[in-house]
This record gives sequence, structure tokens and C-alpha cells, in this order.
Amino acid sequence: MNMAGVDDSEAKARWDDALTAAAMFAVDFVGLRGVAMRAPAGPVRDLWMGYLRSLLTPDAPVRRMPAGIEDDRLLGGVDLAGTLRCRRSVVQSGILVQANGGIIVTPMAERLNPATAARIASVLDRGEVVLEREGISQRLETQFGVIAFDEGENPDEQMPAALAQRLAFHLDLGGLSARGLTTQRSDIRQIQSARARLANVEQAADNIVVGLVRTAASFGIDSIVAPILALRAAQVAAALGERSRISAEDAILAARLVLAPRALSCPTDEQVGARQDAEEPGSAPQSSDHCEGDVSASEGLSNIEDVMRAAIQAALPSGLLGALKGRSSFRSKPTPQSGLGTAQASSSRGRPAGVRMGQMRSGARLAIVETLRAAAPWQTVRKAERVVRARSRRIEVRAEDFRIKKFVKRRESTIVFCVDASGSVAFHRLGEAKGAVELLLGEAYAARTFASLIAFRGQRAELLLPPSRSLTRAKSILSALPGGGGTPLSAGIEAAVQTAIAERAKGREPLIVLLTDGRANIANDGATARPRAFAEALMAAKTIAAQGLSAVFVDTSPRARLECEQLADSMAAKYVSLPHVEADRLRDIVREAAG
Amino acid sequence: MRCASKTFPFAAIVGQDEMKLALLIAAIDRSIGGVMVFGDRGTGKSTAVRSLASLLPAMKVVKGCRFHCDPGTPAPGCLDGCDTPKMRRKLESEMIAVPVVDLPLGATEDRVVGALDLEKALTRGEKGFEPGLLARANRGFLYIDEVNLLEDHLVDLLLDVAASGESVIEREGLSIRHPSRFVLVGSGNPEEGELRPQLLDRFGLSVEVRTPTALSDRVEVLRRRDAFERAPGVFQAVWQRKNAEIRELISASRKRLAFVTIEDQMLELMSSLCMAIGADGLRGELTLMRAARAAAALDGDRNVNRSHIKRVATMALRHRLRRNPLDESGSSARVERAADEVLGA
Repeated sequence: MNMAGVDDSEAKARWDDALTAAAMFAVDFVGLRGVAMRAPAGPVRDLWMGYLRSLLTPDAPVRRMPAGIEDDRLLGGVDLAGTLRCRRSVVQSGILVQANGGIIVTPMAERLNPATAARIASVLDRGEVVLEREGISQRLETQFGVIAFDEGENPDEQMPAALAQRLAFHLDLGGLSARGLTTQRSDIRQIQSARARLANVEQAADNIVVGLVRTAASFGIDSIVAPILALRAAQVAAALGERSRISAEDAILAARLVLAPRALSCPTDEQVGARQDAEEPGSAPQSSDHCEGDVSASEGLSNIEDVMRAAIQAALPSGLLGALKGRSSFRSKPTPQSGLGTAQASSSRGRPAGVRMGQMRSGARLAIVETLRAAAPWQTVRKAERVVRARSRRIEVRAEDFRIKKFVKRRESTIVFCVDASGSVAFHRLGEAKGAVELLLGEAYAARTFASLIAFRGQRAELLLPPSRSLTRAKSILSALPGGGGTPLSAGIEAAVQTAIAERAKGREPLIVLLTDGRANIANDGATARPRAFAEALMAAKTIAAQGLSAVFVDTSPRARLECEQLADSMAAKYVSLPHVEADRLRDIVREAAG
Repeated sequence: MRCASKTFPFAAIVGQDEMKLALLIAAIDRSIGGVMVFGDRGTGKSTAVRSLASLLPAMKVVKGCRFHCDPGTPAPGCLDGCDTPKMRRKLESEMIAVPVVDLPLGATEDRVVGALDLEKALTRGEKGFEPGLLARANRGFLYIDEVNLLEDHLVDLLLDVAASGESVIEREGLSIRHPSRFVLVGSGNPEEGELRPQLLDRFGLSVEVRTPTALSDRVEVLRRRDAFERAPGVFQAVWQRKNAEIRELISASRKRLAFVTIEDQMLELMSSLCMAIGADGLRGELTLMRAARAAAALDGDRNVNRSHIKRVATMALRHRLRRNPLDESGSSARVERAADEVLGA
């Protein structure tokens, strides 16, 4: 995330934590479930991964799982070749079963769709794959740990919370440079002996359990999963440190590694504190005055809980709450802009929804088991019909047996409004445009589509409303939208394209609605230069067509302008001239375009 | 059941009284119409449902029947022939654990409804039917975790069968129907997508579970979880007695259920409660009545009284309110308020 150089001591601390987490994970990857790591592909990540692998038993499977994996590879399915050869159902196990006793590595975990994440999460919880697919009914035990690399570049792109929450460690290696990093820490023998000792670590003392629970609560961590994982991590830390009972240091380490990345609020804030105290009847937390991240005071603190808090605060970056909001990777509650209920698969083919009879045309995907089922009843008849009675055991499949997999098109869509709020429009029609957009936002809400609002005026374009379903928020932003200034049309179009592409990556179908009079006069470098600005706007418009994005161009100038039509053509957009921006007509047009 | 060794005991679940009550009611009165459990991760939703299996009194079935026919009244036209006069004379019966069938995410339609037996067809050219989960769940429970992530066409299909009690298969040249009466239990996390409203009100009861907030409860959750993971066998043995008590309670309440009476005055109260919150349709009233009766049976009472109604009102009605998309106030609060007004605080 932080691409600028991270200062040395912080980088070292983060790297050290990452190595400790790797060792702990290697000891008990089943109990700790996994590591969610925010890091781009690169030498730092490879170094960490190499270290982790050196700690795993050589025969432990390590399986890579692509984010767009399908159910038959993930959970398992029919092995067709085997089935046909043996004439009985032969099961091909999925990755989740193949990884039994080892780990699964997922690059680009931010692209995992929630349905896949939920499948992995439920298998993690149950320790078995319940396979009810393609004529197979099996339960297959499997226990594994997950390494999920989150390569999302902005905080909006995060791996699904259903999975992230279950993984003990959340690390961030973004911005570290591989130069000077070393991995000499534990070796595999230490890990193995720690694993053997783990079962003998005594039950945690009361003050440790209570301390973890209360510390979690005081940092606004609602989920009970977090302290459960922290307790487990403390046990592992004790085993690694060759102790038979959890020491205060083990608990503090666990709090720092497991709880700190999940912190959502800080106990200093009296209001925040008071809200959480409601959850802790009777006794208020002993102290709520260490939010300065001052660890040096820790010697004076007798209470383990206070030390844990201090340790977590020290692990948090300065500037706390603001940073927390942005940093808290993998929050459980979706923020308004991340949208509710994105149960849609992001695969461009939509979600599988059964099979139907059909012909093999390009793009059609054969449902092989279903096809064989359709063909099976006819085999005796067909054999009898054959001219040459070869004693072949071949199965005869005919065109009418073909069964095609059916996919539902995504039902979710996002309308990206890109509104020209420059002076030339403001004089005429900004008010009307606002009214029309408001009406459309209402419609979008009712149709459960997402809406996003970009305005461009003066020197630049601004994303005022990230894709959202919150009607009230959208309305207040819209009414506060000022007008006037130049027309940085190309910047507006570029912002719309960016938003639309990001939406498409989330599995929603974007529609760009551009309201402008097309009088571009601000070039990309901010200079006032009409011809250049228009040329650049044309270029930007072409990216819409090149990306295959659907768009509607609403010309708001008093008379239809040639330039606007030219722009609409470059976008491959539908062009409408609406000098008075009649809300009803605009709504109909958008409805039609959104299909 | 096959992984009983890994099941967390029902009795050991900390708190979550509403969810436990709803599941017990469904176990006592199967006609309640299923239970939907909504809640955060890690609140023990699926643990509770799965551990319910071990609490249900065993049931008598025709030996070997894939549809769990009752030997007393085998399903007419049972595909396994339980109903034929010849078979009826020499039916063998056995006691089995009530099936609590898990419908996992990623299940394909052929496994849910059943399909042509591919192996038989390919090797012997026979047209056999391979029953699916709907057959296995007959007379038991069907559990869907993350119901909001299940493909829509499967959900529709399940609701149809749950309502009619019969599964109709018309595919691959098969034309078959078989009984499939099950209690549908769904669970899900609202953050992962909302359930379509028309789907929600087809569940009899709906409960919302939250992470326990009291410190002592949270600590207890941690302790029990830890103890269970260290030594599942020992932990289960410790809780065996408590679990057995609940099992007894279910059997006894089932027997008592038929003798619980409801006075007209109570029925009127239930009607006015439904009217007060605008829960339209008879389904709400009917569910409320059944749930209250089951609650009375659980308490060992002969008559339904106000306290029974009050205890089940929220779970029977919260999902039947008209929702205003811009109104964020919780439906649970609305039902509770109405219940206080109608029934007296």
C-alpha cells in the first residue's frame, strides 16, 4: 500500500512479525487456519513464502488455487476419462482435498468471489468436504491451512471477509524492499518439536483468556473468532518457546499478531470506550489512556491486559483512528461504498444455474455427466440399430443428448453517472441534470443496482459517490454539487472508465451515463486549450469503446452538436440530445440501455 | 452423524437462547415450517443445527428403504416397493437416527433431486433412479448453510418441495415422484447478501443470532472451544448428560404437544398481535399458534399463556413485516414493541 519507502525500523518490525507468524503457522496451520497477506507479487513475498516452505515437512502438499477456480476443481467432481474407462463413477478430488495435511496458496485473493470464499470457509470449519455433485455423494476429510495473498491496490479491493476473518494472521508486506531482509530464524526441527509439544501446553490461565477477550473488545473487534484464534496463537507461541504453559509474552505476541490487524477503534476515545463498556458489565476496562502508543510505560503495568493494549497500540501506525479505518484490511462490515450483498460470481460467464438441452455452439459448455445421463437410456436401442455390429463397448452419444451448462447473467449492475458541472453547463442545465440524476438514483435503488457519481469541473474530475446503494448519501452529495469553471471532459471520461472497470472486476455490469455539452476546454495537463482538450476527450472516449463498456451520451447543449455526436461515436455509445434534460425521458433511456 | 466425533455438543453452546428455542420448537412440531438463522460468523449457527441431530429421538423406518418409509404407513407407490401388498406382509423395520442432511454449497441439481443412475445405465443399460438429498432428508431435517449463497434455482426448487412435501423428478426420461417431507433449516450471514424477501417469509421461524457481548459469555465461549479442540471425546463425555436431558425434553414435549390446549382468548390475542404489526396472511398467525403451543409443551404446561406467546412472537413474526427500504429500524424491535402492547409488558 505504502509504496513510498517505509522507514527502516518499521519495515524491520513488520518483517520480523511476518517471520514469526510464518513459524507459528508452520507449527499449527490447521488450528490457526491461515495467513492473509497484503503484498504484491515480488521478491519480498517470495522470500517469505520460501521461508515458510522451508519450515513445512517436505511431503506436505502445497497447492496453488487460482481465484477464479470452479467447483469441480475446488471441491471435486467426476473424473470423466476414468468413469468412462471403468464404467463406474470415478471421483476426481478437488484442491481442498488434495491439500489435506498441507497448505493452499491463493494469489490475488481479492478476486476470490464470495461464493468460493464461503465454500473454503465452510470446509475449514468442518474439516471435511461434503461432495454432492454430478452423481457423487461423498464426505472427504481434509485439514489444511490457507495462505491468501491480497494484491488489491486500493482499500476497496479486499478479499472476502468470510475467509479473511477465519485466518489468524493478517500481515502487510506492502512497501518493503527485499534488500537486507534475512530469514534466518527457526528451522524445521524446531517447528516439528514445537508441533509435538503443542498438545501438552497447559490450558490457558484465567487472566490470559479474560485478557484476550477484553482486549479484543476494547479495540472494537466484535467477532468472537478473533480471540479464539489469538488464544490458539498464544498456545503455539508457548510451544515454539518450549514452555508448557502460556506466558504473558506469548499472550502479548498473540494479541499483537492476531488482534492488532483487526482493530477497528482505539480504547482512548471515551465515547468508543463507553460503547464497549456496555458489553462489559460491572468492570470498566482498567485503563483507557494509552493511545499514544507508548510502550515504554509497559514496565509499570502489572496487568497483562494493559500490556496487550499497549503492544497493540504500538503495532498500529500513528495517526490511529483515521489510519485504522483505511488500514483495517478485511473489515467484516461492508462499508456503504463496497455495496451490500455482492453474492455474484465475478466470472465473465455468470453463475452456473443448471443445465439444459442444447447444441454445441461456440461458447457453449458441455455438461458431460448430464449428457451421458441423457444418452444412457438409449444405449441398448442404439446398439441394436448399428449397421456394423461391432462388439464395441463404446457409448453412443448423439446430438440430441447434448446438455449445455446454463449460466445466469449477472443481475447486478452499476450506473456510473458522469456529470459535467462546468460553467457552460451550469448556466443552462445543471439543476435539471441534478434532478434527473436524483430520479435515476431512486430508480437504481429500487432496482437494486449500484449508482456512482462523478462530476468534472474546473481542473479535474472527482468521484463524489463511489458505487453505492445508499440513496440518502447520494442525494446529499448531489444537492451540494457546485457548478462553474472549465470543462475537463477527458478527465471526466477517464474517471468514469476507471470506475466502470473496477466495477466490472467486481462482477457488476457497468453502464456509463455521461451528461455534458461536449465543450471540452481543459486539457489533461490543466491548460486551457480547446482543440487539444477535445482531441484528448476523443482519445478518452475511444477507451470506452475499446473496453467494451456500455455508455449513453446525453448531450445537454441547447442544440445538438456535431462534436458530441463525434464523441458518442468514439465511445460506441448511444447518443441522445436532451437540451432540457427531461428527467422522465432520461430515465426511459437509461432503463432501456441498462436492459 | 458420521462425524459425530467432531460435533460440538448442543448443550455446550453458550447463550443463543432464541436460536436454541427455535430449533427445539422445530424438533417438537415438524409442521412449523422450518427455521432460518441469520447471524454473524462464529456465533455457532451451523454448530447448533448439526449438533441437533444427536438430540432427536430415533425413528422407525422400513429396513433398506431409501426414502425412509414408516413401516406403519409406507408411502403409496414407494419406489423401493414398501407399499406393494407382497412387501407389506414381510416388512422389516429398523430404528435409525433422524437424518439431518447437509446441503453443501456447490451441490449440483442432480444430487439434490436425484437423477438417473449413470453407472447402472452405462453398464447394464437399466434405467434406475439414484435418489438425491431430498430423498435422504425425508422425515428428517435438511440444512443449508449460507442459504443466501445458494443458487436461486436450487432455492426455488427446495422451497417448492418443502411446501408440497413431495419431490417430482422429470428428467432424463425419468418420471418419478417420491415423498420428501423435511424441516428446512437455513442459516446465513446477512453481510454476504440478503435473502430475497419472498423466500424469507416461507420459513416458519426466523432468528437472529449475535456474537455474545457479555464478557463472561465470551470467556466461556473461548474456554469451551479450547477444551473441545484439545480433546473432543472428553468434552463430549462431560456434556453427555446435559445433552441427554435435552433429548428427554424433546421426547416428552412431543408427547405432551397433542394435549396442549389454546383458549379462544389467547387466539384472539395472537390475531390482534399479527394485526398490530401488519403481518398479513394467515401464515403468521398459524406459525405463531404452533410455536406457542410447542413452547407450552416444552414448559410442561397444559395451556398456552401470554408468556409462551411472548417468547415466540419475535421469531414467528419478525420476517413477515412489510419492509420499507428506507426505514432502517429493526423489525425485531417492532415486533417486541407490539407484543408488549398487546400482551402487556
